[in-house]
Amino acid sequence: MTRGRITLAAALTLLPVSAAEAHAIGPAMQQATNWTAIGMFAAFVALTLAITRWAARRTRTASDFYTAGGGITGFQNGLAIAGDFMSAASFLGISAQIYADGYDGLIYSIGFLVGWPILLFLMAERLRNLGRFTFADVASFRFAQTPVRMVAACSTLLVVLFYLIAQMVGAGQLIRLLFGLPYGYAVIIVGVLMTMYVLFGGMTATTWVQIVKAMMLLGAASFMAIAVLARFGFSPEALFARAVEVKTALAALAGAGPDEAVTKGRAIMGPGGFIKDPISAISIGAALMFGTAGLPHILMRFFTVPNAKAARSSVLWATGWIGYFYILTFVIGFGAIVLVATDPGFLDAEGALRGGSNMAAIHLAQAVGGNLFLGFISAVAFATILAVVAGLTLSGASAVSHDLYATVIKKGKADSASELRVSRITVLVLAVVAILLGILFEKQNVAFMVSLAFALAASANFPVLFLSLLWSGCTTRGVVAGGLVGLLTALVLTILSPAIWVTVLGHAAPIFPYGSPTIFSMPLAFLTIWLVSVTDSSGRAAVDKAGYPAQRIRSETGIGASGAHDH
Amino acid sequence: MEDAAARLASDPRYIALVRKRGRFTTVLTVIMLIVYFGFVLTIAFDKALLAHSVSGGATSWGIPIGLGVIALAIVLTGLYVWRANRDFDPVIDALRAEYGA
Repeated sequence: MTRGRITLAAALTLLPVSAAEAHAIGPAMQQATNWTAIGMFAAFVALTLAITRWAARRTRTASDFYTAGGGITGFQNGLAIAGDFMSAASFLGISAQIYADGYDGLIYSIGFLVGWPILLFLMAERLRNLGRFTFADVASFRFAQTPVRMVAACSTLLVVLFYLIAQMVGAGQLIRLLFGLPYGYAVIIVGVLMTMYVLFGGMTATTWVQIVKAMMLLGAASFMAIAVLARFGFSPEALFARAVEVKTALAALAGAGPDEAVTKGRAIMGPGGFIKDPISAISIGAALMFGTAGLPHILMRFFTVPNAKAARSSVLWATGWIGYFYILTFVIGFGAIVLVATDPGFLDAEGALRGGSNMAAIHLAQAVGGNLFLGFISAVAFATILAVVAGLTLSGASAVSHDLYATVIKKGKADSASELRVSRITVLVLAVVAILLGILFEKQNVAFMVSLAFALAASANFPVLFLSLLWSGCTTRGVVAGGLVGLLTALVLTILSPAIWVTVLGHAAPIFPYGSPTIFSMPLAFLTIWLVSVTDSSGRAAVDKAGYPAQRIRSETGIGASGAHDH
Repeated sequence: MEDAAARLASDPRYIALVRKRGRFTTVLTVIMLIVYFGFVLTIAFDKALLAHSVSGGATSWGIPIGLGVIALAIVLTGLYVWRANRDFDPVIDALRAEYGA
């Protein structure tokens, strides 16, 4: 496993490093019980449960449950999207990557941001105008419902499941570290709380948990970044210069010659091992960029606002908050180099971070804000995981109840109450599955799972949505074949890639050498949709193509959208 | 309804809206793609380029360029929202009033 791959993995989820640490050090790593953090977290839980109780009274119909009745404003939705997207992996993983390698962490976070403008320009308003509860509503708009919904539900469940396992394992590792709770308890607490939010409060509770969490995370990260900059007279140059000095001194201490130490110190200001060959660079970039526009739990957020105008403004708010957050993370990472790497209290005998390499931001919290702020940051990290898993679970449940049950099985004749019941049962099943898999995967390296979720979203959902929205010649057969090809290619190539074939399965060399399958699987999905559509001369294909003008009018103007809210 | 849809589809305001907005979003998308993949490929082909110091200090060219990509993403998003609110929404509202919501 190369250095570059470790840091990529470290940023993708917070797991890989902590999972590797767990292998090396074992359960003894569990910290002493941190009562301040537990107290702060209990306050957060009390607040979110109060929100859930309030939301439960407003959750009566399937529409309330899936989309908060479409009554979220653009500003609120923007914050909720940011809360959904800024995971503990972003905060702890990227700041840890900057702590270790400097500039590479910025390259990585930029990849997470640039998908948002694309999502706005190509998708957001059209989604709002065409869809109701799930992105499959949009993808299947003019096509045969059953096959398209089945493919969309499969890809949704796969994306959600991989994302969810990564979050659960990360939660277990993180909470053991921060709170001193045993891994299994931590996973069960996350599973139970997320079930309460989603089961009783539906999208209303999920949205407000995400909003509260986003504000806590943005507030805490702003405080840390300002505290770091204040020590350098608000001069980034002074911060960078000191960080280079620290890294140079550390390299010299590790036995590097004077020239080599200077080179190593200076290396944090430029690109390192994260981007290797051009093919991997484009492939990872495409997965991050187009995956964002294909993640079902993100796409679902656009149905919570009343109209296309609000959908549009929510992306602007989300992009602004997320971009601001990544700049803060960059300052926090450099702050950790200066304040944490120089303080023996935060390091073990070998000079590595106590508690594992994802702890850079956590230790920095203590360095700039003392024990109370450390407790607050720990609670924020826990809250972050809860908000993300709640959104994921809701989106998985909607795929089962709305796409599979109401549309495929009941042929659109399910009443709101029975659809809601199926949705709630699915939430329970997903929670149990997530807890079990979370415990099962404790000792596994699940680093590949978030990148796999992005690759699947970019390779299956994005091409299907893009062509069904924008190409009149697209047919049912085309999107079904293309969606499946994208899904399977991304899945198989990931299994053959270094992250699974070498790291998990222990083979000597990977069969597929690149960091992400997207550069192959995404174009292949586009090509398949095109090829199958143009050669499709079935009766259904004629219906599909004839449906395009009406779909186009509604997607461009929203005319017909409000009248279509009853099956 | 079929008739209204057909009339709307041939309404010059609708045709102009779709064309203008389509062109605008295509331009913005292409700018974002070129800038981002240009950034990533620059790094892939020449790592040293972005590591150069801006003015002899610690700050490298990678910092303003990286922050510039973040700022560009936000600015392009804002630009689209601004123009959509100003130019596209009034046309859509007029069409909705005429052809039914």
